[in-house]
Amino acid sequence: MPIWEFLETYGNRLASGTLVTMAQFGLATVIAIVVALVAGLGKMSHNWLIRGTAVVYIEIFRGTSLLVQLYWIFFVLPLFGVTLPKFTAGFLSVGLNVGAYGAELVRGAIQAVPKGQWEAAYALSMSPAKRMRRIILPQALGLMLPPWGNLLIELLKGTALVALISVADLMFQARQINASTFLSAQSFGIALIIYYILARFGITPFMRWMERVVARRLGKT
Amino acid sequence: MSFDWRWDFAWEILPRLLAATLNTLIAAGIGYAIALVLGLVFALAQRTDYKILTFTTREFVEFIRSTPLVLQIFFIFYVGPQFGIRLSPWMSGMIAIGLHYAAYLSEVYRAGIEAVPRGQWEAARAINMSTRDTYFRIIIPQALPPSIAGMGNYLVGILKDTPMLSVIGVAELMHTANSIGAENYRFLEPFTMVGIIFLAISLPVAGLVRLFEVWVRRKMGVR
Repeated sequence: MPIWEFLETYGNRLASGTLVTMAQFGLATVIAIVVALVAGLGKMSHNWLIRGTAVVYIEIFRGTSLLVQLYWIFFVLPLFGVTLPKFTAGFLSVGLNVGAYGAELVRGAIQAVPKGQWEAAYALSMSPAKRMRRIILPQALGLMLPPWGNLLIELLKGTALVALISVADLMFQARQINASTFLSAQSFGIALIIYYILARFGITPFMRWMERVVARRLGKT
Repeated sequence: MSFDWRWDFAWEILPRLLAATLNTLIAAGIGYAIALVLGLVFALAQRTDYKILTFTTREFVEFIRSTPLVLQIFFIFYVGPQFGIRLSPWMSGMIAIGLHYAAYLSEVYRAGIEAVPRGQWEAARAINMSTRDTYFRIIIPQALPPSIAGMGNYLVGILKDTPMLSVIGVAELMHTANSIGAENYRFLEPFTMVGIIFLAISLPVAGLVRLFEVWVRRKMGVR
């Protein structure tokens, strides 16, 4: 079957799969950012209970596979009375997994903000919360944006795994088309290219733009 | 089916899971070995004077790095037969995971090589060393110590990505846990134990990598 005919027949399904992948990506990103902030700040807390919780969360999610976490959340969590629909379980596990990696980025960036900034804020008698929000976090943001760009590409790749709990994302559609047509090179090949386009012409330019915006806001242009 | 952890069941399936853990370790080991060598090839190919080779390798590495491993595993496993090449699940799994991590490692090597001061190149040139000797005797030994942290991270990474091989039927840890779950209608114990086994491997490995890094730095007399 020529490639254009293939696209004509299965283009719709691939497009709907791409939309689901993008939705999974967006929702997982939100979760990852929130969780990374909370766990990253939590790891620096003076309260040992908060710090301990953050460390345990980070180590568990960084120490095991995303696939294991996904299966655990989808198949085992219901036994504890928490039944999540597959779509939710999908982006939740991807978000929690990437959030654990993001937490380390947040912590690293906050600690890399020069000590003088902390002291200056203290000298102005800012409250710790205000100091964090107005002085430290904006500068930390500038430091951690480049590694977050890589992390978001990892996240996009991670969403491909939700196909294994049969969320109808791009990966899932490619598998289905492959199973019914045996045109593996076309179905998987096009899916690969779509993922590549999303990462290279979606995420990367967006993050570059974000970096420029943040640099300008910080007066670093 | 409700929440009740059964120790007898957990003990019963432990031997099977441990046997599968061995497969996981073998898969990670072979994949990493491929990635170490191929990664160096990718890194060096990007430093040649042949513009086309440099450009193609660069794009290829970018492509592999920004597409999902799981999809690459499927691609390699299913596309071969379409053109008459049959690869076993193990074979295609190792190729896919080796290629994927080779792309990552090539970036680590590249950063390491670029961090070697220019004076080293010039000195090697001044004593009339061949390019090959310069790379293998002067540049790469100095590029390695700062690369070890990155290389170690990907060793842990490859270990954690081996469960993806279960999708094409490589009998590693996740695959075994899945079949145990399906046979007994009990997923709590196998999946939880898989998680614990992974933690029990990856945390010590991460620690060992740190120690190894310190050791190499001292041995090579860097910092």
